Amino acid sequence: MFISISNQDPRPLYEQIYDSIKTEILKGKLMPGDALPSIRQLAQDLKISVITIKRAYLELEQDKLIITRPGKGCFVADRDIKEITSLNLHEIERQIREVVSKAKKTGVLRQNVEQIFNKVLEEEY
Amino acid sequence: MEDNILEIRGLSKSYGDFRLSEVNISLTRGYIMGFIGANGAGKTTTIKLIMNMVKKDSGEIKVFGRDHVKDELYIKNKVGYVSEQPVFYENETVAWNVNFAKKFYDRWDHALFEELLIKFKIDKFKKINQLSKGMKMKTALAIALSHHPELLILDEPTSGLDPIVRDELLGILMEFIQDENKSVFFSSHITSDIEKIGDYVTFIDKGKIILSEEKDTILEEWKIVKGDAIQVDNYKQDLIGIEQTKSYFKALVKDFHAFKAKYDISSLVIEKPSLDDILLHLTKKGN
Repeated sequence: MFISISNQDPRPLYEQIYDSIKTEILKGKLMPGDALPSIRQLAQDLKISVITIKRAYLELEQDKLIITRPGKGCFVADRDIKEITSLNLHEIERQIREVVSKAKKTGVLRQNVEQIFNKVLEEEY
Repeated sequence: MEDNILEIRGLSKSYGDFRLSEVNISLTRGYIMGFIGANGAGKTTTIKLIMNMVKKDSGEIKVFGRDHVKDELYIKNKVGYVSEQPVFYENETVAWNVNFAKKFYDRWDHALFEELLIKFKIDKFKKINQLSKGMKMKTALAIALSHHPELLILDEPTSGLDPIVRDELLGILMEFIQDENKSVFFSSHITSDIEKIGDYVTFIDKGKIILSEEKDTILEEWKIVKGDAIQVDNYKQDLIGIEQTKSYFKALVKDFHAFKAKYDISSLVIEKPSLDDILLHLTKKGN
């Protein structure tokens, strides 16, 4: 499991950890049932405060990405392919929205955005 | 079991023209608290009061839920304390010093101590005055850890040490709290160490606690704002510790969420603060 964190990143640390683990799950690098390091172990490995890791795990649990088995630890939650697909779509929509709103803010014309978008689609698919 | 491993209420102490007043601190089991302040702010005095090496004027200090004077022996057997300048017999070896120090602890674990010496790469046959500053600190820490303490109290453990030893120390502290019943209280004026591993931060200035909070909450809610000096009056009532030149101002904002809702911030530069920034602006005169 690779967790990328950086002080230069404007996101708070817990969010960076949350995003890293979520990405590993969505990419299928972490599979349902896989054990995660304990909160304190990960805190030690990353030399980051326990509370920060706790918060990241709590939010992963609230979003049903991981589950906690009392006394056993944290595991990647079971989920079906439909759910993962919808989570991925959700993430894609969020990113496209970000790009489009940035384009709008900087005065790029709608038709230009469409052109770029179609060009990228042509090239990638 | 008690709620807090360390609980200080209304602690006061005066000597000379220095006054430590109404200090309140609480630390739960399983976490690390960093104690930040400038030199002379009252960090060492507070720690010496906890250890009952200095007598308090008033207030209450409880360690493991017990009174720090009445149950001093019980507490000292379960506290690992490293002072700012650990006291050794400088002309004697590490082994000699340890044989002397271990008599004070009921739960001294010599096998653990030998293990820590290897881990910290300390040569026990060296005389103390042959050790580097970092080695001395690690020797003091090894002694402090070898009677299975539940609470580590460290006074400026990282001051004067190079980044490599400091990082090593952070690793040791993180390992210590793998047991969720254990806590660390450490003072430092090198805030970057606390910024990494501290769960809670307490700021002290001129003998008063000026802020004591979860570190993540502070770093998330507080922001540094910078802007053109001519605009400063627009925001003045919500700025803390304003630093101003002819061309620009820089200040701290406490509740950035509320600040953002109240003002148009499009012409300001917003930055994540460091604990240093927070200390600097909070202690700036005129606030």
